[in-house]
Amino acid sequence: MSEYRIQGATGDWEVVIGMEVHAQVISHAKLFSGASTEFGAEPNTQVSLVDAAMPGMLPVINEECVRQAVRTGLALNAEIHQWSRFDRKNYFYPDLPAGYQISQYAHPIVGEGWVEIELEGDVTKRVGIERLHLEQDAGKSMHDQHPDYTLVDLNRAGVALMEIVSKPDMRSPEEAGAFLRKLRTLLRYIGACDGNMEQGSMRADVNVSVRRPGEPFGTRCEIKNVNSMRFVMAAVEYEAQRQVDILEAGGVIDQETRLFDAGRMETRSMRSKEEAHDYRYFPDPDLLPLEFDDAFIEAARASLPEMPDDKRRRYVEDLGLPSYNASTLVMEREAAEYFEDLLARLAKATGKLEREVAARASNWILSDLFGHLNKAGRSIADSPVAPDAGAELLMLVIEGRISGRVAKDVFEEMFASGRRAIAIVEEKGLTQVSDEGALAEIVEKVLAANPAQVEQYRGGKTKVIGFFVGQVMKETRGQANPAVVNKLLKERLDG
Amino acid sequence: MAELHELDLAEARDLLRRRVISSRELAEALLTEIERAAPLNAFLTLDRERTLAMADAADAALAGGEHGPMTGLPVAIKDVFCTEGVRTTAGSRILENFIPPYESTVTANLWRAGAVMLGKTNMDEFAMGSSNENSAFGPVRGPWRNGKGEDLVPGGSSGGSAAAVAARLAPGATATDTGGSIRQPASFTGTVGMKPTYGRCSRYGMIAFASSLDQAGPITRTVRDAAIMLGAMAGHDEKDSTVVDRPVPDYEAALERGVKGLKVGVPKEYHSAKTPKEIEDLWLEAIEWLKAAGAEVVDITLPHTEAALPTYYIVAPAEASSNLARYDGVRYGLRVMPDEKASLTEMYEATRGAGFGREVKRRIMIGTYVLSAGYYDAYYLKAQKVRALIARDFAEAFETVDLILTPTAPSAAFALGAKPDPIAMYYNDVFTVPSSLAGLPAISVPAGTDGQGLPLGLQLIGRAFDEETVFAGARVLEEAAGFSAAPEPWWKKGS
Repeated sequence: MSEYRIQGATGDWEVVIGMEVHAQVISHAKLFSGASTEFGAEPNTQVSLVDAAMPGMLPVINEECVRQAVRTGLALNAEIHQWSRFDRKNYFYPDLPAGYQISQYAHPIVGEGWVEIELEGDVTKRVGIERLHLEQDAGKSMHDQHPDYTLVDLNRAGVALMEIVSKPDMRSPEEAGAFLRKLRTLLRYIGACDGNMEQGSMRADVNVSVRRPGEPFGTRCEIKNVNSMRFVMAAVEYEAQRQVDILEAGGVIDQETRLFDAGRMETRSMRSKEEAHDYRYFPDPDLLPLEFDDAFIEAARASLPEMPDDKRRRYVEDLGLPSYNASTLVMEREAAEYFEDLLARLAKATGKLEREVAARASNWILSDLFGHLNKAGRSIADSPVAPDAGAELLMLVIEGRISGRVAKDVFEEMFASGRRAIAIVEEKGLTQVSDEGALAEIVEKVLAANPAQVEQYRGGKTKVIGFFVGQVMKETRGQANPAVVNKLLKERLDG
Repeated sequence: MAELHELDLAEARDLLRRRVISSRELAEALLTEIERAAPLNAFLTLDRERTLAMADAADAALAGGEHGPMTGLPVAIKDVFCTEGVRTTAGSRILENFIPPYESTVTANLWRAGAVMLGKTNMDEFAMGSSNENSAFGPVRGPWRNGKGEDLVPGGSSGGSAAAVAARLAPGATATDTGGSIRQPASFTGTVGMKPTYGRCSRYGMIAFASSLDQAGPITRTVRDAAIMLGAMAGHDEKDSTVVDRPVPDYEAALERGVKGLKVGVPKEYHSAKTPKEIEDLWLEAIEWLKAAGAEVVDITLPHTEAALPTYYIVAPAEASSNLARYDGVRYGLRVMPDEKASLTEMYEATRGAGFGREVKRRIMIGTYVLSAGYYDAYYLKAQKVRALIARDFAEAFETVDLILTPTAPSAAFALGAKPDPIAMYYNDVFTVPSSLAGLPAISVPAGTDGQGLPLGLQLIGRAFDEETVFAGARVLEEAAGFSAAPEPWWKKGS
């Protein structure tokens, strides 16, 4: 457990964090209308009569959104409610066409669950999930498009959101960041949300309070719409310190809604508890309660991929990967899939067990491939080097057909041109030389040219063998098999 | 042969199929009657061209030997049903110029069955009222007059539809019933009004008042016509989650089943000292008619009847306060800017202040109040619980009886302006509201007249989705009552 403490003038304070995450459901159509959910379309082109709340229009639930909520619930190890209900949350605003938002207030589709977060130093921690419910998004009010008017874009109005509410289980900015990161990983794994925080398809409201360790919860403030991992951590840090300063000065915390200002990296008051709306929730009479059977849940469960925690465990226990490698690979489903695809091909090509080549494969992905992808600003999904091409390259190394050094140059070329490793190696004649007769000649030549170093070696400074290996490599343009060269050098020098 | 405009739907259907008359002749005759009946103010919008074009299309279909269940039959449409390209106001100033770009499912079903639209009928604003005095476009004058020659209300909220059918301006009209808005005006005007089971007709494109109660149905002059029309209006619809997916029976085929062997309940709670003796007497007389037709009539109890009216006047306004939030001046309908620099809130206030009438505002305020924090449990939640008890009363009664017989309304039509007190006005719904809260099918059949010659209706309530038995019972009452009175067409004098 991390022991994050804020050192105040009067002693230590503990920060308590809970989160409400709004995740836009991946679905072609909105929660209650057939309108498209495509992002970036011209304003007000993805709006049905239902979304615009025309007179006499009625909502009809989109089953795909329900399925995604159930899948998410299962991924969160949560209780699935086979009976849930939609309520109306009433308030007036131009980007809320019906004058109410359809949401699940009293009876959410998903109940309590948990996620495991990974912290520094191989520590894991469970963060409780309070609930998950389905609701409609509102449209977008744009105040900066016209000098005199606010313009409204209803493309987003009615899009399905999942509101995922955590328990107040986080105790540091690191844990808050790790929770959000883990949630994003899970949602992306199961394809329920694209997790894109810049486009707003995932948004977090963060609840922060402070207390003396061991004491009851303090009064919390809710920080709205914090739209990046970094901002979540910064907002928690700032807000906790602000509350400590107030308490230590003898003040009290007002329960209020605050806004995170990313420009100044601080939180600002938005509205107090007294200014809170009375939303007049009541069951939406246009919709029947949402009910489904066990078969629906089982079908949802069957559609889930292997979850990242399971993958990570398998990578460490079955494949023998270092835990850092395993954790990094499972963070994105695409990376894990790339790894598994490459590994299977590599094992097959070399006739070895996956376990025997897993470490090399993971190291290559994490260093060489990720390094190049990052530099090129590309994601693993559109890597110019596909898993089969990567497997071919590593196979050449494992079979001793090219050296590790040559492999780096070949990969460079593969990444730039998209060509295959064997083609490059053959064309440039880069095949590793393991023929002892051929190499013995070169070894002989190198020793003859460097008598001083030979003296040193024989005088006990055996480390200079590295120098000779380097020279042989230089002569062979990196193609010499280093093991053979080592052997020949030792025979010649020690003999 | 009766004059064209006096034909009922079944008669006209027969003559159209035999090609004795054309749909165009029929439509023209009715349009002429509608013009002459301008003093009734029963219609808000007419579109002669469209009506005749639809009639011509029907005639062409009939000439080709093709006919649907209602081909060529002209009907009037309550202005709460959205009709594509034809102004739809819901009787409100806020939608005075609203032309929907879509068609309600109920009207679309009628057009698919071959029906022809005569025009849009006047109604209480957003279907809130029992006298049609709450229309933004002036009250409907009922076609009947009492002994003093006063103008009487036609009932509400479907006052325009009821008046049009009673005055022989249309053989049938669509209507909607939330707490009695089909049955009470039918009772006041000597017409048949059928409110089917909640979920029988789609609410898509029907401007909402109270979503959990609103249900479409027909007003006609005979029980057979109501069966014909409901058969065309009803059916499953993917655009309404609350409509049931079960086949629509052939209601007309059920008409002559009779009541022999059926058990009819007479609830003791519906006897009231406030009910005029003529109505009580008519009710007792109807018991004898049913007995004579072979039914067994038994006394039953519906213990929570007294709580129905207050329950209704919590549930319906609560839903209305939310349903009507969309009329905010932002996207369509009336927008009032008090001045150029008006704020958003000032625009909302001015728009809704000018756009809604007194009764609508009253119900929005009641609804907002009963849903407010601190009052929700005492009002809305309690009302929902009582509603469940009322439904249970009926369910228990229907374990032993097949139909329930009651008066439709506690009085005959009253004079325009006679009930300025809203509470007195709400009392009109006392006999119709319980079955609305339970979602059950109920019909009003003209059964006699009072001392002033004004029509009085009786109500038959059936089991959920057992409209067939309701129609069969209604047919027996209709036959026995032999109601043949028609209003004196005073509105034609001097024209």
